[in-house]
Amino acid sequence: MSAHLFEAPGGIVAPQAEAHAAAAEHHDAGQMVSLGFWIYLMSDCILFAGIFATYAVLSHATAGGPTSHELFELPYVLAETMILLASSVTYGMGMLAAVAQKRGKALAWLALTGLLGLSFIVMELNEFHHMIAAGAGPDRSAFLSAFFTLVGTHGLHVSAGLLWLVVLMSQVAVKGLTETNLTRLSCLSMFWHFLDIIWIGVFTIVYLMGVV
Amino acid sequence: MGASRQPAHGPDHAAHAHGNAHGDALGYMRGLLWSLVLTILPFMLVMGGWLPRAVTIPLILAIGVAQMAVHLVYFLHLRSEPGERWNVVAFVFTAIVVGILVVGSLWIMHNMDSNMMGM
Repeated sequence: MSAHLFEAPGGIVAPQAEAHAAAAEHHDAGQMVSLGFWIYLMSDCILFAGIFATYAVLSHATAGGPTSHELFELPYVLAETMILLASSVTYGMGMLAAVAQKRGKALAWLALTGLLGLSFIVMELNEFHHMIAAGAGPDRSAFLSAFFTLVGTHGLHVSAGLLWLVVLMSQVAVKGLTETNLTRLSCLSMFWHFLDIIWIGVFTIVYLMGVV
Repeated sequence: MGASRQPAHGPDHAAHAHGNAHGDALGYMRGLLWSLVLTILPFMLVMGGWLPRAVTIPLILAIGVAQMAVHLVYFLHLRSEPGERWNVVAFVFTAIVVGILVVGSLWIMHNMDSNMMGM
């Protein structure tokens, strides 16, 4: 997504300069994009910190409605966690294949990552659906408002990551593993691993602490 | 870029530009192994309920932080190498802000809660 905005510097310089200088230039541009994307992730981290703090404050405000003890099923959450962890590793494998210029292998790993990410989202939506159907929707209590905000925001991030993954896979399929595409893949890899780290916070603070 | 690249800069260049930042398969396997242990352990602690609540909560929080560190090192490759220093600086700054935000919110709201008890 944001990687597109940064395509210009390398793309403009490349035809003018000689090959080596162009490569060095692009290399620097790629590093700047990565650092910029990292700064964005850090700001996203602060957004999540705000939502986590809100959840922590409101987690006992159940307004006589269902509590976390009654709602959460840990084996289900463990399965979600394992799927997301596996997707982090498969993305890492895809990134290694991409760096080694193995397009088919990279696309296969990325496709597997996408399937795992999709399974995670489907499981999460299923959980939300069951909760809402059982009268434990976000309108029931402050606790549930905070729960749906926190877990939903994470889920939205993962969904955006999936969309980004599909777009990038088609870019790689059409244009190959160019420097620009490698930088984009690198940014998505940071985004994807970052979301897995946020999920560690979610399953620890929301699910485990909600049931303990 | 890919097609016009000189042979000398082919895969070597790509490996130089991106390879170091993405580690190797062994690193991901190490990260996976640590993550599995650090995920299953807190779930077992909570589902088994062997320890008192006052012990389990700090323990699972500590394990969570440890797993975040594992992910940062093995998956995000956050290191203090010269080229990566700004990443680390930004991360440390963010960690401080996150700490102030979360601990501060809980502290203030807990105090308000205690002071409003009589009402």
